Amino acid sequence: MDTTVTTGEEQNVWGGGNKPLGASYGKMMMWFFIVSDALTFSGFLAAYGFSRFKFIETWPIADEVFTHVPFFHGNFPMIYVAFMTFVLIMSSVTMVLAVDAGHKMQKNRVIWYMFLTIIGGIIFVGSQGWEWATFIKGDHGAIETKGGRILQFVDAKSGERVGIADFAKEIASERTQHENRSGIWFTSEGSLPSYSVTEVVEGFKANSNLLVRTELKNEEGHKTVLSRDESLKNLLNASQVVEGANLIHNEYGSRLFADFFFFITGFHGFHVFSGIVINIIIFFNVVLGTYEKRRSYEMVEKVGLYWHFVDLVWVFVFTFFYLV
Amino acid sequence: MAHDHKLEIFRGLVKFKSNISKIWGVLIFLSIITTIEVVLGIIRPAFLVETSFLGMHLLNWIFIILTLVKAYYIAWDFMHLRDEKTALRRVIVWTPIFLVSYLIFILLFEADYIHEVYKEGFIKWNF
Repeated sequence: MDTTVTTGEEQNVWGGGNKPLGASYGKMMMWFFIVSDALTFSGFLAAYGFSRFKFIETWPIADEVFTHVPFFHGNFPMIYVAFMTFVLIMSSVTMVLAVDAGHKMQKNRVIWYMFLTIIGGIIFVGSQGWEWATFIKGDHGAIETKGGRILQFVDAKSGERVGIADFAKEIASERTQHENRSGIWFTSEGSLPSYSVTEVVEGFKANSNLLVRTELKNEEGHKTVLSRDESLKNLLNASQVVEGANLIHNEYGSRLFADFFFFITGFHGFHVFSGIVINIIIFFNVVLGTYEKRRSYEMVEKVGLYWHFVDLVWVFVFTFFYLV
Repeated sequence: MAHDHKLEIFRGLVKFKSNISKIWGVLIFLSIITTIEVVLGIIRPAFLVETSFLGMHLLNWIFIILTLVKAYYIAWDFMHLRDEKTALRRVIVWTPIFLVSYLIFILLFEADYIHEVYKEGFIKWNF
């Protein structure tokens, strides 16, 4: 032992061996990482808030975007995402139970709780994948104008949304998807929407019970439904049919909504994924008895911190994407 | 540190017998809050949507406050911040709170200004 190491009352502050914050090196570093990662996510969410306040009058209403539940038809806003939130909180609970069992050196309970945590994480990521797929596939379809705005269609009587497939008129057309083998070899295009602009517009003209709904929100926070004349006038600006959402076009409204949705939930989903991978590694370490030999399950506590952080971020994502 | 947990939540109003029962207690509390959020999100009571406070309607304020409450209990009880030393806890909590409030303040003010420009100015974007 070095002479600089002192004990008891006459502790030498600069001699090393102090733990002023009472946390081990590994735990401190995990907290450093979590704080910086929290700032990253805050930056993303604040940027989302920026774009949303910028287009506050035309921002999509989340309750109208995320309305699906797997295996059920119909309109169920919030239900599925509430389920996802609950799954993640639940897996956070099993994680903290694993940490608690680790403190008591109960290897078998740590194994079981870690296992349940991993399962919860996998269910969550799977649900998020499904949510993405549904969002990308789209719902009713819409028309994008030359100005890049979205025009959706509603039934004049009920005010319910109407899908373009329900009224578009079949018009024989020569237009097919251009592939590089059948023309200029260095150009190609993505798959064409199921209906052309003309088909949708003609179908709209033929159905007098249809109206156009714009992105603009009225005083009560509902999207504005135009009169029949206004609707027809607006459709003159139609430039393309949009089905579903991607980074460039978004049938639900502002394309920035889709961009931020993909980016922030994607980044979060990536965190959950890496959390699952780390959990699996630690799980096998526990099974192999690494921490039993080490006489300390602090590693479980450290990945636990990361896992809870992922849950913490989801609480905010849930609020700002689905509730507010 | 690692072995003694503070078992009181709600400022001592509820005291649990063991760390495990505290975990389940916090889970019940978080589930109740999530349920309230979801129910409010589905029915969207008219009087909460119509009343506005500081430029945002009351319902959104409720959501944000409930989110912060949830975040508090996740950090304090699941991430064991309650059992850490005060100095460590303050470093972890107040640094992001300070920086993030500043960022939000700047960005939202700027966004509101741009919104005004788009609305009142001579730019036609909504066509």
